[in-house]
Amino acid sequence: MKILVCISHVPDTTSKINFIDNGTKFDTNGVQFIIGPYDDYALARAIELKEANAGTTVTVLNVGLAETEPTIRKALAIGADDAIRVNAEPTDSLFVATQIAEHAKGYDLVLMGRESIDYNSGVVHAMVGEMLGIPSVSPVMKLDLEGTTVKMQREIEGGKESVEASLPLVAGCQEPIAEWKIPNMRGIMSARTKPLKVVEPKTTEASVKTQKFELPAPKGAVKMISADNVAELVTRLKTEAKVL
Amino acid sequence: MATLVFVEVSDGKVRKTSLEALAYAHQMGSGVTAIVMGTVSASEFETLGKYGAQKVLHVADARLDHPAIQAYATVLTKAMQDENADVLVLANSSLGTPAAAKVAIKTNASFASNVVELPAPGFVVKRSIYTGKAFSFVELKNQKKVIAIKKNAAEAKEVGGSAQIVAYSVALSDSDFNTKITGTEKATGDILLPEAEIVVSGGRGMKGPEHWGILEELAKTLRAATGCSKPVSDMHWRPHHEHVGQTGVKVAPQLYIAIGISGAIQHLAGVNSSKCIVVINKDADAPFFKAADYGIVGDAFDVIPKLTEAIKAMK
Ligand SMILES: Cc1cc2nc3c(=O)[nH]c(=O)nc-3n(C[C@H](O)[C@H](O)[C@H](O)COP(=O)(O)OP(=O)(O)OC[C@H]3O[C@@H](n4cnc5c(N)ncnc54)[C@H](O)[C@@H]3O)c2cc1C
Repeated sequence: MKILVCISHVPDTTSKINFIDNGTKFDTNGVQFIIGPYDDYALARAIELKEANAGTTVTVLNVGLAETEPTIRKALAIGADDAIRVNAEPTDSLFVATQIAEHAKGYDLVLMGRESIDYNSGVVHAMVGEMLGIPSVSPVMKLDLEGTTVKMQREIEGGKESVEASLPLVAGCQEPIAEWKIPNMRGIMSARTKPLKVVEPKTTEASVKTQKFELPAPKGAVKMISADNVAELVTRLKTEAKVL
Repeated sequence: MATLVFVEVSDGKVRKTSLEALAYAHQMGSGVTAIVMGTVSASEFETLGKYGAQKVLHVADARLDHPAIQAYATVLTKAMQDENADVLVLANSSLGTPAAAKVAIKTNASFASNVVELPAPGFVVKRSIYTGKAFSFVELKNQKKVIAIKKNAAEAKEVGGSAQIVAYSVALSDSDFNTKITGTEKATGDILLPEAEIVVSGGRGMKGPEHWGILEELAKTLRAATGCSKPVSDMHWRPHHEHVGQTGVKVAPQLYIAIGISGAIQHLAGVNSSKCIVVINKDADAPFFKAADYGIVGDAFDVIPKLTEAIKAMK
């Protein structure tokens, strides 16, 4: 079986977000980049499936410029066999989905995170599924294979849903589909020599254009209330904050 | 040329966030056609008219009582054509967002999700990005546009109209049912966390699942949904769908009450769209206080019952 895992290269979850050049560019200064946490779950599940099913290969794909290679190498160190980097900035969901769909043909299972934690669109899996004409399911919390049937559990508002579909399939993943994996020394050594193919993007006409970025207005200072005077909190919530 | 609004129902009832989508489309100015699928309680059609729909397409196909995403996408695409609608508006959800993304591919539309405000001239929408830590302004360039809005992007308001109800059907094939739903587990009767106006969340400071009774009592008094931090759901004290934060549910209530939660940046990422945040923590240095509007330093087991009493007293 062939598994493709699509990973995003995103700021660490603790990053302070800032923009430069009049709010037109993300400030990478001091920011550490990681494999998207949801993508990391997808990768971990792919590696588990590889370990459990002889002959399974895992390829990682990233749409990104050269600076994403350490992130891709990390995915190889975790256990992927080879990698593809589509040499382009991942500007929007449609663009990224178009690039993934170009390379995803021939894979049985295309896994990725439910969303990237930078632009949070949460739709690349659905778009790739649509482009390839195969089912897509997200956010998947559990994924098991039974022959060519994929049995999944998907989170919905206020609960979960059991879903089945046949391969080939696209899944957007989230916890607790698998435990995050940490690369070991052997993995890190072997990742250096695993194949990483760089390909040029398919050209597309942009359907959206990001004009600028903005930070939310700063929050006012917290008002502290004594634990002996809880009634005051209730009064303030009613009359001052007007939320009760 | 009307804007098409996908209205989602849950147990026959219109989702509150879909009323916000109606308000959003109504405020955009052109007429509003709503489309609703599956079994719908009769009284709900009236609601749709009151909240701004001039026309309601009802697809009474029982197969659509399940969130068959692919089939929903097929119907929405056809409805956009038949209604000659350039814009589709809907509320972000586990059904709506992926269906809308598929519609965008099928119709060559510009797509944006997590939209928080009405479009500015030139069809520039404001989106929430970096898990609520920033916004982007995105121009939707194609003639057709699909907009998935985040909670509170528009205020659901009665505008006092009434809608013409039209039975609508689209031929669906097997390929529209390419996923098979074999079971659903849903908390019944509860207020859905992503839609709740008040959320009461507990963290590791609650010490164990056996202590959630007082938190639920508080939530009940406030008519609030209950949430939790990630370790709490990781340890199975609470179900996974209650987990709030970067890797969980992003909430946007009027009031978020966090009890025994330290306020890690990943948790804050899920609550930063709340209008008002109250933090109750026994540690005066807990980072959450910096992100709060009101804070109480105190023991959860002392403060929660007092708070419940104070709210009952107010009512
Ligand atoms: C990639 C990544 C993603 C993550 N995503 C999420 C996420 O989506 N959501 C999330 O919540 N976390 C997430 N986390 C985890 C996050 O970093 C924190 O570990 C977590 O939020 C801490 O949960 P907590 O506040 O309940 O527990 P703790 O940090 O242990 O805090 C417990 C708090 O309770 C207080 N307390 C203890 N006893 C009492 C008492 N009797 N009365 C009152 N207060 C008391 C303590 O003072 C303390 O502040 C993520 C982490 C990573 C690395």
